[in-house]
This record gives sequence, structure tokens and C-alpha cells, in this order.
Amino acid sequence: MSRMISSGSSLNRRSLLLGTAGLVTAASAFRFPTPAIAQGAPLKVGFMLPYSGTFAKLGKFIDDGFRLYVEQQGGTLGGRRIEFVQVDDESKPETATDNMNRLVGREKVDVVVGTVHSGVAMAMVKVARDTNTMLVIPNAGVNEATGPMCAPNIFRTSFSNWQVCEPMGKVMFDAGHRKVATITWRYAAGQQMVGAFGEGFKKVGGTVIEDLALPFPEVEFQALITRIATLKPDAVFAFFAGGGAVKFVKDYAAAGLNKAIPLYGAGFLTDGTIPAQGESANGLRTTLHYADDLDNPADRKFLADFKAKTGADGDIYAVQGYDAGALLHEGLKAVKGDWSARNDVVRSMRAARIDSPRGPLSFNAAGNPIQNIYLREVRNGRNELVSIAGQAVNDPARGCRVS
Amino acid sequence: MDALTFAVQLLNGLQYGLVLFLVASGLTLVFGILGVINLAHGAFYMLGAYLAWWIAAYTGSFMLALIGGVAISFVLGLLLEEIFVKRMIGRDHLAQVLLSFGLILVIDEVRQILFGKDVHSVAPPAWLKGSIQLTDILSYPVYRIALCVVCLVLAALIFFVIQRTRLGMIIRAGAENRDMTRALGIPFDKVNRYVFAGGIALAALGGILVSPISTVFPGMGDGMLILSFVVVVLGGIGSVAGAAIGALMIGLTDTFGKVFFPQFSSILIYVLMAGILLWRPNGLMGKGN
Amino acid sequence: MIRLHPTMLRGLVALTLIAAAALPLLAPNYYVQFASKAMLMGMVALSLNLVVGYGGLVSLCHAAFFGLAGYMLGFMTPESGGASFWLSLPVALLAVAVVAAIIGALSLRTRGIYFIMVTLAFGEMLFYLFHDTKIGGGSDGMYIYFKPEIALAGFPLIDLEKSSNFYWLVLAMLVGAILLMTAIVKSPFGHALQAARDNEKRALSLGFPVFRLRLVAFVVSAVIAGLAGYLSAAQFGFVAPQMLGWHLSATVLVMVVLGGMSSVLGPVIGAFALIGLEEILKSSFEHWKLIKGLIIIAIVFALPGGIRQLAELVLPRRGDEGPPAAGTPADGTPDPAIRRAEAPGTNPQAQTRGEFQHV
Repeated sequence: MSRMISSGSSLNRRSLLLGTAGLVTAASAFRFPTPAIAQGAPLKVGFMLPYSGTFAKLGKFIDDGFRLYVEQQGGTLGGRRIEFVQVDDESKPETATDNMNRLVGREKVDVVVGTVHSGVAMAMVKVARDTNTMLVIPNAGVNEATGPMCAPNIFRTSFSNWQVCEPMGKVMFDAGHRKVATITWRYAAGQQMVGAFGEGFKKVGGTVIEDLALPFPEVEFQALITRIATLKPDAVFAFFAGGGAVKFVKDYAAAGLNKAIPLYGAGFLTDGTIPAQGESANGLRTTLHYADDLDNPADRKFLADFKAKTGADGDIYAVQGYDAGALLHEGLKAVKGDWSARNDVVRSMRAARIDSPRGPLSFNAAGNPIQNIYLREVRNGRNELVSIAGQAVNDPARGCRVS
Repeated sequence: MDALTFAVQLLNGLQYGLVLFLVASGLTLVFGILGVINLAHGAFYMLGAYLAWWIAAYTGSFMLALIGGVAISFVLGLLLEEIFVKRMIGRDHLAQVLLSFGLILVIDEVRQILFGKDVHSVAPPAWLKGSIQLTDILSYPVYRIALCVVCLVLAALIFFVIQRTRLGMIIRAGAENRDMTRALGIPFDKVNRYVFAGGIALAALGGILVSPISTVFPGMGDGMLILSFVVVVLGGIGSVAGAAIGALMIGLTDTFGKVFFPQFSSILIYVLMAGILLWRPNGLMGKGN
Repeated sequence: MIRLHPTMLRGLVALTLIAAAALPLLAPNYYVQFASKAMLMGMVALSLNLVVGYGGLVSLCHAAFFGLAGYMLGFMTPESGGASFWLSLPVALLAVAVVAAIIGALSLRTRGIYFIMVTLAFGEMLFYLFHDTKIGGGSDGMYIYFKPEIALAGFPLIDLEKSSNFYWLVLAMLVGAILLMTAIVKSPFGHALQAARDNEKRALSLGFPVFRLRLVAFVVSAVIAGLAGYLSAAQFGFVAPQMLGWHLSATVLVMVVLGGMSSVLGPVIGAFALIGLEEILKSSFEHWKLIKGLIIIAIVFALPGGIRQLAELVLPRRGDEGPPAAGTPADGTPDPAIRRAEAPGTNPQAQTRGEFQHV
């Protein structure tokens, strides 16, 4: 072989080999999907949920709840077999668009069910709108999803951040508190929750003396707890969920504040977290669209079946997943499984009235639930019903332009 | 802010800084003696916390979790040193950065397989459970105070070893001039192994001690990693005294920052570090050339 | 290092370009978007190599420039329409250049591990700026509802909403970046930079303005990374603080080392390989991060000479390349004992030291 003249090329064997390897591996990832047009073909449901991270337990329960509903119907909804795909969104907004694209563009799912974190949900809503994919949100309460970003193909079986917290304003005022401090994580969900509470509280004449916040998902609360002690409010309203909720309630009690300054919160503060919080949670009052002792027939059946299936006690997250299955069923029933009749599916889903474990459930024009908001208190290791804080509360759907 | 609140916040900052010191001291020793950057240091902090939870859940005893966790981490450190770290000494920093980055991913997934990805809490030992009443509404958890005391004792112990023992002398010599020390015939291999394992154990110990007051969650290592690096660099690589000063500065800045400048508290820490490095490019007490 | 015959090389390049340009016409939408994403990462890796491979400085803040440009686009995009491409891109790049100049001027005063840590600190500082404050929507990030508009005198030239148009734009930008980088590396500036990498004292004694050289390299590489960040933000319609985070910086570093630091194209290929690998792993294994971590460790650990070692193990060496590197046994794997006593010039990978031996 003649001596090769140095061409000064930047390509060398290593890069060539590597490039080929990269192309081959990428090419082998090509899977040209076959669209399921035949009615006998299964309906593909894609879960985009946090299966790891601080919200992992929530994601799992939502998944379990949905699957429980499908199992109760014998594995088919409206005559269609259901096939599941899972994507772990890790509660990370920065990879949300990518993950959603993978689910919609590559796995070609028919319906996406997700997610917990509001930031992630917003990315999902955007992609769902762009691709006209049906999206059922089983938790994230970000107001925009059924507000400015509402669409016929977007549904929610959980709550809007506004809906859960606004009734607490009147509750706390009626309990005699006039000056309240709030505390939460500095992200969309936290700000909306606390904002809604403030709205409801100020409407009846209360004052919010300070809004405390720390970056998500930090859990070093000590400095802010000390600040609360300095402020000496009548009460504190807090929003935290998952691991953060566990720690905050414990820290609050460890600082002895719970005896002098009562702590209230959105229900997420005490849902699914009581075993870890122990006695520090006792007496905590929260508002949520569910309670652990609602005792209606649907709830009893749900709790029994959930326990039998998973060995764990069902909570609001499982209920939301369960109801997502029920909602989808309503749509599929109406068109006898023919997913291509999309308008009819949407219409029947919007008009659905579900006998949910949480009580009566229906939906507004923006796809958000209309439901009771309950005041609960932590007693005997459970969130027990005190009263109904708001009956059939509807979210105002501000900014939504769908009739 | 009245005097008592100030004192409480001071205590908060001190406690945070002391834990930071514990973790960072391990890091500065590893880097100072072995010359190896270990990005996985935070992962061991997290691992220690999960070990503590697991052992405490099995045995019901926090003390057992403490001893067991430290022992397991020390052994793990010895193993890792033998398999990986030994070959990283003398390699360029880029290789070390990448290797330890890979280690983070592996440790994280292994922890996920072994312990799951849930968030957990660990109960402090029963005799440390209460709170001390400070004002009519505010009390301070006894465990946090105990934590401060324990960290101070450990700090004193570390100082004693470094300043007064033969091992400490070797460590200080190695941090000052590794080649010369080796040339003098000091058996560095053994020292390296124990220093590395010790550093890992210190990180894990930090995680174990902190687990009753922090929740045990998957992401806890990442924040601690960056902060301990900041402490080490701020204080000067290889200097335990520097790490102590740096840790206290960071702890206090973070705590008071959260109260006075809530949105900028994290940025403040980096501004502090950058400022000090520009004034003293080798850290506050680093051995500059 | 194998040199391909110039004509064969040109043919290969042409073929690759044609195949790349034809992709949108052949593959489904998802894969076109995927390819765009991979190319943008390739651009970032390419830019980082100027600093790491050719400059010999391990910088852990590169993602900050990537993310900053994305946020700039976000700031300049109104809620009702797309930003003007001709205006928003230069502004974004200018912002990145200014920030990079400041960070570079301050960081380059330190050496070795301190340089790594200072760049890490600055990167994290920018991360927390966007994460903790209300500037850009905090930890949730910011939405960019419309892609930038490329128009001339009111007439739309290219509609970026179509993924194939976007892909071609990215392809053109990548090719441009590669050409630019090649030109830089071969220029006197590039040679001086590499001289400073190899031996700073000698370069200084020869009169090279090392600080200025490095600063310029730092800024130029930041701007290219910024270009990739701008386009990436436009593609996803979303920016988040993690785009500036050190995890991304470290991942780009992996791509650079994986592909090879001694060439311009190496990092680009490293980026493709890593992203392709991740895509496969993600869909096949639940614990794909474990595999990714093990692969990274394996690369660093078992292939200290970089991927070239793997190539040399697999493909036979040609005889006319000159003697193998000193201390390298016949099968190509450097002996660990000899590796410790590295002599300069035998192992280019080891020359990218962040730390300088003051001997």
C-alpha cells in the first residue's frame, strides 16, 4: 500500500468505527409501528408517570389504580383490550417534552395518562395539543391545563390547584384565624395552591402576613420554621407533597410549633404520608377531594379491591388513576370501541357522570372535575372526614376558550 | 430580628455547617492525599442514609444502624479503592471526573435495586427524641443539638489524628508534596487505601447522622456533593482546617441567605466561593505554589 | 492514526451528507426530530472539545452557555408569535459571549482542579439564577410557544414549524460549525493553543499570549454551544434550568472523551453514539442508567487511550504509520506501570491535563 499522504483529515478510524456503531445502534432502534386500525386491535394506553424520585409512590399508586379499574372490567374497555406502555418522567420538566414525544411519536399510543408534577404536565399538554393526542391527567393540578391551555382532548380526573385550596380560606377564617402565613415550594403548583388559598382567605376578610417559599425540591426547612416562630401568625397554611410533606410536618412538630400555631394544608400534606409522619401529623386539618373514611359503596369496593390487588391502602392518587380508567371507559362505551369517532368520544367523556370512590364526579367544559372538597383531620392514622368544605366545587377555568 | 431568633438561626447555620464539614473533610483528604477527584462522594452520603434506614428498619436500633452503616461503607471504600481508585491515581483529572461520574450512575441504580426509590424517614434514638423549649412557642429538637456535639467531637478527633499522630503526619506530608513523600519510602499504598475508605466512611457517616432530621431520598447526594466540593475548594484542597472554616461559612451563608435573600441564597454561596478563589486561587488554606 | 486516502475520504463525506440530507424524506417524524436533537448535542460536544481537547482545560460549565442561549430565546419570544430569527439569534449569542468572557477571564486565573471547580461553581451559579429566581419561570422552566421566524422584509423564508425544515437548518449549522472548528484548529491560533496545552511554560517563554488564547477559545466554544442551545430551545419549545446544570456538562464531557479528543469530528460522533445508545437502553432496560454508568467506567478504565484503543484492537494496524507509541505492547494496550510514568507525546489523552506539573 502506498504511503498515505497526510490529508490533515479530521476523520480517523476510531471515529469511523464509533460512528458506524452509533448508526447501527440507532438504526436498530427503528421500529416502524403499525397503526391499530382494526377494532379488534388493543387500545394502547401510555403511562407517563414518576416511577422514581420524590413522587415515585404517587406514580405507582396512580398506575395501580388505573389497572385495577381495567381488571374490574375484565381487561377490556368498550370492547377494546387495553395495552400498557410505561415511561418514567422522573418528575423532571426538562426531559418531559422528549419523553412525551417518545410516547406519542415512537410508541404511537392512543391515550396518554400522566402525570404528577405540574411542570412535566405542562410539557405534556403542549405536545398533546400539537399532536391532538388524548391526554388524561391523573394528578397534576396546574391551573393552565384546564385554563388557557384547555382543549377538547385534554382531561383531568384529579383537581385544579385552585379548586382544592380556595375552600380552605373560609374554613380557616371560620376557625377564628385572621393572620396566616403560608409556606410552600417555589414552583408553579406551590404558587397556585397558596395563591388560591390566599384568594379564598382574603375574600372573607383574612390577611396573609407572609408567603414563605423555598426552591423545589429542597427539604431543609429549619430556617423558615424559625422564621414562622418569629412572625407569630394565628395559623400556617402549607403545601408540600410526597417526601417533602413528610419532612415538613415532622420538622414543624419537632420545633414545637404545632402546639401554638396550628398547621393546615392542602390534603397532599397528609395523603399517603401518615405512616412516615407518625404522631407529628395528629390533628392536622386539610382540604382535599377525598377522605379515608368516606364510606360510600364505590369507595368501599375500591378500597377492598385495591387492597386485594396491591396489599396497600388506596389513597387519593390511586382513586385518581382509577377514575381515569372509568372516564376512558365512558368514552369507549359510547362509541363501542371505535376510537376514530373522536368527537363522540370527547363529548361523552365531557358529559360523563362517574360514581367515584370520592363521591359524585362530573366534568366542566374545560375537562376539569366538578367534585366535593372535604375538610379532613388526621385521627387514628387516617384522614377522617370532618365536614364538606365545598359542595360540587367547580374550577373557574380562567382563560379557557373552549365552549 | 431579635437576639433569640438570631441565636437560633446561628445554631441552625452551625449545625448545617458541621454536617457539611464532616462530609467535606472526607473529600478533602481523598483529594489531598490521593490526588483523586471523586464526584461520587455525594452518592456515598446518600448510600449511608439508605443503609441507616434499612438497618434501623430491620433491627429497630439507630446505634446499630450507625455502627453497621459506617462499617459497611468503610469496607466498600476499601473494595472500591482496590478495584478502581488505585488505577486512577496519576491519571489526568478528566479521567477521574468521568470515572466518578459513571460511579454515581452505578451507585444510584444499585441503590434503587437494593433499597427502592421511595422516600423514608429514620427515627432518632429514643433518648434523643425530645425538644428543648426555647421560647413560649419555639423549641429546638434535642437531636440537632446532639448532632452538633457529635460533629464537634468528630472534628476534634480528625484534628487530633491529623496533627498528632504518625498517620496524620504522613497525610500532611503527602498533601504537601506527594512525590517527595513517596521518595522517602513511606508505604503510600496502604495509607491511600485507608484514607480513601476513611473518606467514604465519613461521607456515609454524615448521611447516617443526618437521616433522622433529613428525609432519606434518592436525590440527597447531589446537593451535598456540590456543596462539599465548594467547601473543599474554598478551604483549600487537602486542608482539614480549611474545610472546617469553609463549611461554617457556607452553612451560615445558606441559613441567613434563606431568611434575608430567599431567592438568592444559593447564588450567594457560589459568589462567595468565586470571590474567595479569585483572592486566594488555592483556597483559604491551600498549599499554593 | 489511520489516514484515509483523500479521495476515499471526500467520497465518504459526500455520501454521509447526501444521506443526512435525505433523512427527512425517508424517515418518520419522530426520527427526524431525534436526529436533530443528536446533531445539536454533537454541536455542543464539538464546541467543548476546543477547550478540553485542544485547549487542555477541563471545563464543567459548558452546559450553562447552552442553556443561557435557550433562555435568551425564551425571553425574546412573545406569547403570540415567534421571535425574529435575525434578531433573537445574534442577541442570544452576544449574551453568551459576554457571560463567557467574564467567566473565562475570572476562571482562567486558576489552574488544575481549581479551574474545574471554579467553572463548576459558575455553571451552578447560573443554574441557580434560573432555578431559584423568578427570571425564567423558576424550576418549572419556560415555554416557547412558537418557533423563531425566518423572514425577509415580511415574507417568510423558511417555516421552522415543519420538522424537516428545522432538521435541514440544524444540519447546515452543524456542518458550518465543523468547518469553522477545523479552520480554527488548523490556524496559527489553533496551533498556539495546542502548544499551550502541551507545555504552558514553554509556550509562555516562546511569547504566546496564553491567557488571551485560552480566553478566546473559551468564548468561541461558548458561542457555538450557545447556537446549539438556541436551536434546541426552539426545537422543544421549552427551557428548564437543568439545561444549564452540571450533569449536562459532565454528559457532554463523556461524549467528547467517547468520540475522541484529538479530532474535530470525534466528539460529534461521540455525541451520536451516546445518544443513540441511551435511546436503545431506555427502551430495553428499566435500569438503563446502570448500564450507562458501567459503560462510562469501562471506557475510562479499560480504554484509557480512548476509543482509538478499541479500534486498534479490532482493526489491524497499518505498517506505514510509524512505530507504535513508546511503552505500548504489540496488542495496543498500554502497560499500566508505564502509563504512570507518562512521557509527554506518547499518550495524547493524558496531555489534556487540567493540572500542570510544576517541575
